[in-house]
Amino acid sequence: MAWTADQPLIALVDVHKSFGKTEVLKGITFSVAKGEVICVIGPSGSGKSTLLRCINALVPIDRGSIKVEGQEVNDPALDKLALRRKVGMVFQQYNLFPHKTALQNVMMAPIQVLKQDRKEVEERAHRLLRKVRLQDKASSYPGELSGGQQQRVAIARSLAMNPDVMLFDEVTAALDPETKKEVLVTIRELAEEGMTCLLVTHEMGFAREVAHRIHFTDGGRIIESGPPEEFFAKAKDPRTRQFLSQIL
Amino acid sequence: MRAPPNSTDLPVLLPMARPVRASEIGKVELGRAGLWAMLVVAAIGLIGEARAAPSDPGLLALLWKWAPLIFQGFLFNLLVSFLSMAIGTAAGAVLGLAQVSLLPQVRQASWFATQFFRNAPWLVLLFYCMFLLPFEIRLFDYVIPLPAWFKATIGLALPVMANMAEIVRGGVQSVPAAQLESAEALAFTRRQILWQIILPQCVTRMTPPWMNLYAILTMATPLISIVGVQESMSLTRAALNAEGRIELLVPMYLMLLVWFFLYCYPIARWTIRLERRFAVKI
Ligand SMILES: Nc1ncnc2c1ncn2[C@@H]1O[C@H](COP(=O)(O)OP(=O)(O)OP(=O)(O)O)[C@@H](O)[C@H]1O
Ligand SMILES: [Mg+2]
Repeated sequence: MAWTADQPLIALVDVHKSFGKTEVLKGITFSVAKGEVICVIGPSGSGKSTLLRCINALVPIDRGSIKVEGQEVNDPALDKLALRRKVGMVFQQYNLFPHKTALQNVMMAPIQVLKQDRKEVEERAHRLLRKVRLQDKASSYPGELSGGQQQRVAIARSLAMNPDVMLFDEVTAALDPETKKEVLVTIRELAEEGMTCLLVTHEMGFAREVAHRIHFTDGGRIIESGPPEEFFAKAKDPRTRQFLSQIL
Repeated sequence: MRAPPNSTDLPVLLPMARPVRASEIGKVELGRAGLWAMLVVAAIGLIGEARAAPSDPGLLALLWKWAPLIFQGFLFNLLVSFLSMAIGTAAGAVLGLAQVSLLPQVRQASWFATQFFRNAPWLVLLFYCMFLLPFEIRLFDYVIPLPAWFKATIGLALPVMANMAEIVRGGVQSVPAAQLESAEALAFTRRQILWQIILPQCVTRMTPPWMNLYAILTMATPLISIVGVQESMSLTRAALNAEGRIELLVPMYLMLLVWFFLYCYPIARWTIRLERRFAVKI
């Protein structure tokens, strides 16, 4: 059965994952439609990073199903590389390649992985760096960039693969308030352009503004979900309320 | 009353000396001590010359006479060091990468091989190679001879390989796991990650210990004289036997020591410089 754009782009059903004896994900079910922006919030250690890693097969799951554009991720015969070409991911610690310039960081994967024409890729890379407002840093090495600048290069690097969905894992957690804003603006622009985004974040103000839906996780389960107005105004579960009262 | 300049006993009033870093002291002192040792040994040699009977040719003249031959032997030591290093580096790189393989059997086997050759005396490995390797290899119709010096080169390459494997393994593992993860998320293959992302990052870190290994190997090359390969050491011994003059012993070995020193010391200095440069950059 072919996947069509009206079906969820990502669909998780009863996803379970354990590391040794500790069960990190205890049955996660939700879906992300094309063009949707979904925020996942929750206390530290509740399995948010693990959840994102499962979606692009960096971590195998034990039970349940994850479908990306209709393709089952929990399948031994899965073409992981094909999946990862569709799913972009940005990490908290940027993880740029320190031996390459900003421009080279952006160009590397399209040239090596997608085998695209270098000239075309270079043009696109410049365009992407302009989009994240770093056109004048193209030849800087990561070590010469601030945290916020590195994170924006990392976003451009991911976008260079033309992914269908972007996963953001607490991408502003290591940044100070000023640089945080630069990165959040970049992500919001992406969201407004219609990019499908799944974000793990502690930025409640940001989540309230850009998210279509918010999921609150604790102890490996989704405790509460809803559109932001509803979620922030009338959270029902005491755990959600407690978390929100701590963080707001 | 004003004290005239430089006549004070108070240390605070003396001009300040240039501060010397601890690491610098060690090196400067070592270098100086080495030079002093050579001068002393050379002086002993010259005293010996002064005492020699007037009819005999002088010690310096004898040194001069034998120097070209021994120097050829020294060049042969260097040749063996190049070859051993090349073979050991190539094999060690493979062995080191095998230690970070995804297959547990490959990982364990290469770990064992590395530990075995790294913790064996070099001379014992050399003996094993001399006796276990055949003197020729038959490949279909071709007969490839394996001369003694080549077997000795292999013998020295084995410990180099094991040490190189450790350098490579350490280098690869020094790259943060997050680098690997973000490369995987960008759909790079394992092979691309290794060659494009991990190795370029750790080559700089692996260079100083690799150069250090080379210097150690070069200084170990006279070991091959023990298994009967003619090089600078055995030629020096032969020259001494031919002249039969006991007072020639010290200056002649000194000459050899100086050559090794002049070759290895700059490598050591360069290694330290690189180490410092990379330490600043990373
Ligand atoms: N590779 C792993 N091996 C073993 N345990 C792991 C591994 N990765 C994560 N864990 C454990 O799984 C649990 C959830 O981790 P995860 O990083 O997903 O939480 P998180 O919600 O992202 O937390 P944070 O907000 O601190 O980033 C933690 O207890 C962590 O120790
Ligand atoms: Mg996390």
